[in-house]
Amino acid sequence: MIIDTTEIETINSFSKLESLKEVYGIIWMLFPILTLVLGITIGVLVIVWLEREISAGIQQRIGPEYAGPLGILQALADGTKLLLKENLIPSTGDTRLFSIGPSIAVISIFLSYSVIPFGDHLVLADLSIGVFFWIAISSIAPVGLLMSGYGSNNKYSFLGGLRAAAQSISYEIPLALCVLSISLLSNSLSTVDIVEAQSKYGFWGWNLWRQPIGFIVFLISSLAECERLPFDLPEAEEELVAGYQTEYSGIKFGLFYIASYLNLLVSSLFVTVLYLGGWNLSIPYIFVPELFGINKRGKVFGTLIGIFITLAKTYLFLFIPIATRWTLPRLRMDQLLNLGWKFLLPISLGNLLLTTSSQLLSL
Amino acid sequence: MSEFAPICIYLVISPLVSLLPLGLPFLFSSNSSTYPEKLSAYECGFDPSGDARSRFDIRFYLVSILFIIPDPEVTFSFPWAVPPNKIDPFGSWSMMAFLLILTIGSLYEWKRGASDRE
Repeated sequence: MIIDTTEIETINSFSKLESLKEVYGIIWMLFPILTLVLGITIGVLVIVWLEREISAGIQQRIGPEYAGPLGILQALADGTKLLLKENLIPSTGDTRLFSIGPSIAVISIFLSYSVIPFGDHLVLADLSIGVFFWIAISSIAPVGLLMSGYGSNNKYSFLGGLRAAAQSISYEIPLALCVLSISLLSNSLSTVDIVEAQSKYGFWGWNLWRQPIGFIVFLISSLAECERLPFDLPEAEEELVAGYQTEYSGIKFGLFYIASYLNLLVSSLFVTVLYLGGWNLSIPYIFVPELFGINKRGKVFGTLIGIFITLAKTYLFLFIPIATRWTLPRLRMDQLLNLGWKFLLPISLGNLLLTTSSQLLSL
Repeated sequence: MSEFAPICIYLVISPLVSLLPLGLPFLFSSNSSTYPEKLSAYECGFDPSGDARSRFDIRFYLVSILFIIPDPEVTFSFPWAVPPNKIDPFGSWSMMAFLLILTIGSLYEWKRGASDRE
């Protein structure tokens, strides 16, 4: 049996071409991912600066002012300092759990950015189960917190980790029920479709007006998921020193910081996408393409405007959590769980039933 | 499956992004962990008394058990919520019946005091 060698060569070269194409495809995919990572990093730095400046404004202080103009580089300086600090691992703790815990928290929150549309169809992965992906992925973060709390072998850390897990699983159900009502209204789980369903009547088309109860429940439970101040029991300074971060130093402590701000940013972005109309300009009778005379070719400018509108809505919304931090006192643990199980859960279930009945009537 | 391809790559990139800061301090950071006090668990300046992994409050456990019931319920109602136009009123009403049974169950649990934390 003789096999023609030229034939084999052609097959080989063909498969080589195919693999080359695949490699190019992966490289092309790397580009938007790296852009996204860079954008998220800058977004977190801006949030840290905003939070410090607003806190300073509320407390009538000056706030950061030396690092860069208006102190905008303060967060970067803090991060660099944390990188140079000593990395302590408690002698009685579990080294692996202790080291992996913070990065698991960061990774899971990082992943949920992949389904957020920043501009007109500008999304890393337009999944048909986008919001469901977010709910699934974001519930991995408390595992990381629990791991770090357990791995520290410190009573404060352990209690903090337990509290973090209990709190985030309690508030996940109302959050998921609100998302369920939204997806009932827009007949889709894709984040892009949810934004497009709100694009019709300017800001009157926002889901905020169709789901006011859902919006408030979503706001409260996302505050609790981010462990922001009325609900920051896992790291309550007066009771638990610093909760699950007590034993951490150096950049691992910084990773917890990054994780909490990433979570804040992603919650705010999801509020924008689910309730505030995403990338749409949201002024009735004015459409971006007509206003600036953009046709299909000049798409770059339109995309930039979409990104600008999304980020403007997001950062304007961020004022609410930051101002809440300096306004409301912290709850007790039993009050927190009662609020979740006896108030938010029935209300969000009722909201779901209302939405279902209205959908049934309109069929 | 191609819509999941960016997520698969992102799944590789995001651990790199979070593990990079964990590796960097090995190059720069000072290392003087010779004091045993520095490495012992922090308990407000005292020597740590006993192990932290002892008993903890049963109510944390109760919360996670309570969570197991509504969580699959919410998860499984997502496929129902997405195409309601294709599901006839019978499908919607059966979901309503399911939600009613669930509400009765949680009301019972409430009355029995399973969700009390005193």
